[in-house]
Amino acid sequence: MLDVLWLIPAFPLLGFVLILLFGRRLGEPRSGYLAAAAVLGSFVVTVGVFFDLLSMDDHHRSHVVTLFEWVPVSSLQIDMALLADPLSITMALFVTGIGFLIHLFAVGYMHGDPKFSKFFLYLNLFVLSMLMLVLGENLLVTFLGWEGVGACSYFLISFWHTRDSAATAGKKAFVTNRIGDWGVMLAMFLGFQAVGSVSYSALNSAAESGVIASSTATGITLLLFVGAMGKSAQFPLYLWLPDAMEGPTPVSALIHAATMVTAGVFLMTRMNPMLAAAAEWAPQIIAWVGAVTALFAATIAIAQTDIKKVLAYSTVSQLGYMFLAIGSGAFVAAIFHMVTHAFFKALMFLGSGSVIHGMHHEQDMRRMGALRTVMPITAGTFIIGWLAIAGVPPFAGFWSKDEILLFTLANSPVLYAIGLVTAILTAYYMTRQVIMVFFGEARWESHAEEEGAHGEFKPHESPAIMVFPLVVLAMLSVVGGIIQLPSFGIIPKGLRHRLEDWLHPVVAPGEAVISGTAAYDAKVWLAGLAILCALAGVVLAVLVYAKRRIKPLEPQLLAEGWRYDAAVSAFMGGPGRRVFAAVAWFDATVVDGAVNGAAGLVRGTSGVVRRVQTGNMRNYAGIVGVGVVLMLTWFVIVRGVL
Amino acid sequence: MTPTTTWYLVLAAVLFGIGAVGLMVRRNPLVMFMCIELMLNAVNLSFVAFARAFTDIDGQTAVFFVMVVAAAEVVVGLGIIVSILRNRPGATVDDLSELRG
Repeated sequence: MLDVLWLIPAFPLLGFVLILLFGRRLGEPRSGYLAAAAVLGSFVVTVGVFFDLLSMDDHHRSHVVTLFEWVPVSSLQIDMALLADPLSITMALFVTGIGFLIHLFAVGYMHGDPKFSKFFLYLNLFVLSMLMLVLGENLLVTFLGWEGVGACSYFLISFWHTRDSAATAGKKAFVTNRIGDWGVMLAMFLGFQAVGSVSYSALNSAAESGVIASSTATGITLLLFVGAMGKSAQFPLYLWLPDAMEGPTPVSALIHAATMVTAGVFLMTRMNPMLAAAAEWAPQIIAWVGAVTALFAATIAIAQTDIKKVLAYSTVSQLGYMFLAIGSGAFVAAIFHMVTHAFFKALMFLGSGSVIHGMHHEQDMRRMGALRTVMPITAGTFIIGWLAIAGVPPFAGFWSKDEILLFTLANSPVLYAIGLVTAILTAYYMTRQVIMVFFGEARWESHAEEEGAHGEFKPHESPAIMVFPLVVLAMLSVVGGIIQLPSFGIIPKGLRHRLEDWLHPVVAPGEAVISGTAAYDAKVWLAGLAILCALAGVVLAVLVYAKRRIKPLEPQLLAEGWRYDAAVSAFMGGPGRRVFAAVAWFDATVVDGAVNGAAGLVRGTSGVVRRVQTGNMRNYAGIVGVGVVLMLTWFVIVRGVL
Repeated sequence: MTPTTTWYLVLAAVLFGIGAVGLMVRRNPLVMFMCIELMLNAVNLSFVAFARAFTDIDGQTAVFFVMVVAAAEVVVGLGIIVSILRNRPGATVDDLSELRG
């Protein structure tokens, strides 16, 4: 199946084209099913490719399919080439697999929307872009997908663009992402300048063999990290992601779980030899940014009241974990956490979508409560997602978070402490959310009177097409950890470190070796400590929100996200705006003035000179005559020809 | 009394003068065109006269070039003038000033 690798992006492309041409005629359910079928098609191909790679020898698990020459410009030779290797196929598997489930869910969620088929048009384009991003064999193909997901996120976040906040949120996401794109572009230029190619194999082998200077590698690493900060919502560029909740909930699930935000983590892992070749402090910066983001976003999440905002900040926080892992050299752990996070975060976003759907588009958790009685399946699956993200064994999130923390301790105890505090906070705010939404007393009863116009207000369970993805994702969230179990005594040898063995050819150059460290020897104790932290967070939240023994601590400062967003707005609106105005003035007067001045000079001169062209024949003849006389005079008198 | 070189040169100067004055005073494009031909051939005459006087073939060679150029010029120029006069019968060069700056 390796040679039909191009089928993976071709299916969503086909779906996109078909819906573009016939979307309106296909109408409501059918265009959605078509889009879902397209993604299912590429999932099936991806599974085929996966088994092909699995049957191959460890060192041969890398296959390039060149579709055509894309940019043949003397020394700049860029092919439209796709790469199948363990990393890209791992990504493609969950992009298409979870993407398919989200498509199914969206068929139910978007029911009755006037722009139903257009929504699936964008969704398919999104999946296509993401597949180009992960399957690209060089930075430019990846960048094509990178820009594609940026544009699609803009379309989808501002899908309900008649709502002012949605239009603004879309713009915000786009502009913030552009800052990151700038970094990726510069990294690409720098890589080409240093190595003469932008293909991953050339760049990475140059980094491995030491051809590339350490300073250049540092530059490329940091510039790529700027790109990753934008795409994967790291501090200080995270602020588009919470606003991205303005989009329809399946979009939030797609952006936050399967696609888009994982792009940054993927890119750093893809370029891991470059990180290894960079100066010591470059990965440390990444680890610190990740740790700060994880803690910062977690503190904000504990005071949010919007059901989706909590999940959004939790995503930012979990992505911080992944960058903490990357900075600590734990690429396998980062990918592992990305996969498990994709499972449980997609589950919880879709679960929250189901809640919002059942609550008739109510998103405020203060108006929910006791929903487990009316939405049992949503509640059950959401609780599984909660246990997974909180880090309760044996759910998926526990294993991946534990692995990250292990590598972090080997890197730096301070970072480890930040990671542990974040773990406590994560368990705390997720428990708070579960209690507020599904337990306690039903606060939507009073709300029912306001909705009086619609008759009786009663939350209801979602239809089967929305519940099915929830159940599948819940099962994955339970067993997802099996792909990378640690080497604890009780776990059978055959089940340990499966993902690490699989990814080994890709991440070997950059992966940190920790087997001799004190952290590694104490790994069972560390796992115990992580469990204790998770339980502490859960118990604390239960005491606060269920038992009401402790007064809830939700300072306004945290609800407003440390006022970071407001500060950025104030800065950009005040001094920033004045700087932009000054630049615009400079452009309008000095730059345009120079251009217009040159044009004006030519115009004025020609206005004078063109009067010579009188159109009168005798005039010309006279000038010729005078010219002859003058020339004769010159030759005879001055030069003395005669 | 045999004609000397001076005679030819005087005749050439007179012909050139007629041509130049005709070009300046006449307005009919066809006549002005003929005046130009007259001036060209006046110059040809002086070339030939000098060539005889100095027994040098170069002068006659130059005449051939001038004649070739003049022939080409007649083809193009007459074509333009005929088509202009066909569109605007009786037009003088003063009327034809569309390319005025």
